[in-house]
Amino acid sequence: MNSYLIGAALPDVLTFFLAGLICVIGALGVVLSNHPVRAALSLVMTLFGVAVLFVEQQADFLAAVQVIVYAGAIVVLFLFVIMLLGVDKVEKIAKEPLKGQRIFALLFGLGFLALIMIFGHNHFSMGQNSVVGTASGGDKGIVQLAQATFTNYLLPFESTSLLLIIAVVGAVILVRREGPFDTEDLEDEDESRIVEPGDDGLATDSSNSSDLVETPIVEGEDSESAEAI
Amino acid sequence: MTVSVGWYVGLGAILFSIGFVGVLIRRNVLIMLMCVELMLNASNLTLVSYARQLKDIGGQVDVFFVLVVAAAEVVVGLAIVVSIFRKRLNATADDISSLKG
Repeated sequence: MNSYLIGAALPDVLTFFLAGLICVIGALGVVLSNHPVRAALSLVMTLFGVAVLFVEQQADFLAAVQVIVYAGAIVVLFLFVIMLLGVDKVEKIAKEPLKGQRIFALLFGLGFLALIMIFGHNHFSMGQNSVVGTASGGDKGIVQLAQATFTNYLLPFESTSLLLIIAVVGAVILVRREGPFDTEDLEDEDESRIVEPGDDGLATDSSNSSDLVETPIVEGEDSESAEAI
Repeated sequence: MTVSVGWYVGLGAILFSIGFVGVLIRRNVLIMLMCVELMLNASNLTLVSYARQLKDIGGQVDVFFVLVVAAAEVVVGLAIVVSIFRKRLNATADDISSLKG
């Protein structure tokens, strides 16, 4: 077992095992916690651990992107949806919804782990070395990543932009309210927010955008008048 | 000289299996999506390790694309969760059984 570690310096070994421990604890926290917010924060723990392992393997740029995109954007999106839906109540995790499901899931997962371990141990997937350039650390690695992205991988790169546009449009269509654009709701919300006698909301289309601008002004006037009184 | 690639692949396998079991046993759709993110991260770790082992920057470019696809997947998945929640007022996978024959 120790033959793997021959040639590795002690700080590297310590970093690997510490970050790996953090990753595994975070992953177990995601699966085992009965509170969605705790699961999201455990996910952040795992993501940071993986980022440390990226730095350890001289993938500095990817570590930065990992922290910014995953921990910064995706987990915040998760937390936002948890708070928006109000599903942050405790799930009864002790009760098994389907009899025998967990046993089979665990057995399946362990068998899967054994399969990956065997395949990974045998290095069955070693292909041709250095098709688009060698990976090395530091600034040079970022330059190589950029060169590979914008030359050899230009078409996939452009396809991801298309994918992102499709995802944004799909998300908007999925969460859109049914039917034509309903101005009644907007008027109600606006009237509850800003109490303006005389505005019966006839010109809703124009007032919709202007209300957003008007809101702080109205509040400012109120506070000023309150101060004056 | 850093730790050998086999250890990284083993850690990636462990993380992937934890996420895999999580998708199977959890009923909350949000946590299932988090477990999918866990699996994507495990595969990212493996890709970076092999990129270092094979001295090939292509693995890191792949991780880059996986990040973009993960972001798109989360956006669409959470939009589906929100739209289901509006109709059903629930977010567990057992309640989504409209297609059951």
